[in-house]
Amino acid sequence: MAYRWKNDLTDRDVTDEAVYLNRRQLLAGAAAGVGLAGIGSRATAAELEPTSWEDVTSYNNYYEFGTGKDDPAKYAHRLTVEPWSVQIDGLVDSPGSYAFEDIMAKMTVEERIYRFRCVEAWSMVVPWNGFELADLLEMAGVQSGAKYVAFETALRPDEMPGVARPVLDWPYVEGLRLDEAMHPLTIMATGIYGRDIPNQNGAPLRLVVPWKYGFKSIKSIVRITLTEDEPPTSWNKANPREYGFYSNVNPEVDHPRWSQASERVIGTGLFARRQDTLMFNGYADEVGALYAGMDLTKNF
Amino acid sequence: MALLDPVNSALRRVPAWPVYICALLYAGWLFWLGVTGGLGADPVKKLEHAYGEAGLYLLIAGLCVTPLRRFAGLNLMKFRRAIGLACFFFITVHLLTWAVLDVQRLDRVWADIVKRPYITVGMAGFVLLLPLAVTSNNWSVRRLGPLWTKLHKLVYPAAILGGVHYVMLVKGWQVRPLVFLAIVVFLVALRYVPRRRSRQAGTTRVARP
Repeated sequence: MAYRWKNDLTDRDVTDEAVYLNRRQLLAGAAAGVGLAGIGSRATAAELEPTSWEDVTSYNNYYEFGTGKDDPAKYAHRLTVEPWSVQIDGLVDSPGSYAFEDIMAKMTVEERIYRFRCVEAWSMVVPWNGFELADLLEMAGVQSGAKYVAFETALRPDEMPGVARPVLDWPYVEGLRLDEAMHPLTIMATGIYGRDIPNQNGAPLRLVVPWKYGFKSIKSIVRITLTEDEPPTSWNKANPREYGFYSNVNPEVDHPRWSQASERVIGTGLFARRQDTLMFNGYADEVGALYAGMDLTKNF
Repeated sequence: MALLDPVNSALRRVPAWPVYICALLYAGWLFWLGVTGGLGADPVKKLEHAYGEAGLYLLIAGLCVTPLRRFAGLNLMKFRRAIGLACFFFITVHLLTWAVLDVQRLDRVWADIVKRPYITVGMAGFVLLLPLAVTSNNWSVRRLGPLWTKLHKLVYPAAILGGVHYVMLVKGWQVRPLVFLAIVVFLVALRYVPRRRSRQAGTTRVARP
């Protein structure tokens, strides 16, 4: 069941090729979109000016290809993304290896223009194309005992120069609580700006959880496991004091080494003002209820 | 040592002032790139890091001068002040970029210095360099006498703090900052290699890496 959440921006605002290749024109296009769209409650176009294709695809954290922001764009072309399959196992009715094409044949791809907030205090707006994770999980059949979803990134030492170094405990793993995974905002992205998702952004399919710090949105997924217990997550394993399991965007809970109250907006230049970070990255209305009663300073 | 005598005498004819010019040109060029979009998607961070890194390189260069003379016989002493001041210049613009273009608010700058260990460490290193920059002139050298040499040993803890600052600020254990720190620690450790008994017995000395 796709389309459980709607952007106020439509794909007409962004997918025109001539437009997305030029950011200034794009901003003008988005501004025109505001006039046409008129009412927009939570995600107005004024807030969500998509970051240029160039910045989205050249400024990446994908440590399997190196820790520099430009390393993924330089080296990720080595990653073989065809053929691709995803192992779905654990507490599901139909475990097995699912070919990427077979998944895509069953899923409804839609556009989602989301804020993307990195734990390093920078942000972008990305027009993703993808399907709801809930649809994929329902396809595999979630069993009643399942409480969490674990994800794993491909580990290919021959294709990924960064994994030669133990920056993290490879392969990269992430996890969500089942209700977070089933939330309509949570998608598996397979495209950006209406094109196939570039390798450096996590081809051929990656998670996007827009109310959490970017590292939760695990790339190039090869395995999804439904579990009863909270699965280990890479950054939490590397430094539990700095990175919690939840890692929800929260301007009130600082990273031990820097403030999370504001962010630098990518693509706005050397003299741009910082922008205030929003609770749950601006998606508090949609996801706040998931964490009702939880102490977010402890469950960071 | 005699091997390097022609090099040393040639170097004596090279002035030190181009070091200052190069430092200013490089810093200005980076800033210009930032203004005109040449530093990519996140120019503030890129500029901040480029200035900081230039400072670290120059710290290392400055720390190399004495061991190069002692262990290799290469005399770069006349460039040491220029290297040191250029280093201080880059660390100052690194700090300014961070405070003015990145953090943007004085209260937050102060909060970060107090609250964030890697910034506290970096700031401590900068503070240690201040008296060295101020006394990098002939008048101070004459005025302070032997105290000057003692005072300028502050560059050792400052350099180590700079290296630690770099290791602490990255996510995870990255190789590059660790290599920087290792080089700094090695160069400082070289200061504690005991002197040979006779300075003339140059041919019998133990080779050092």
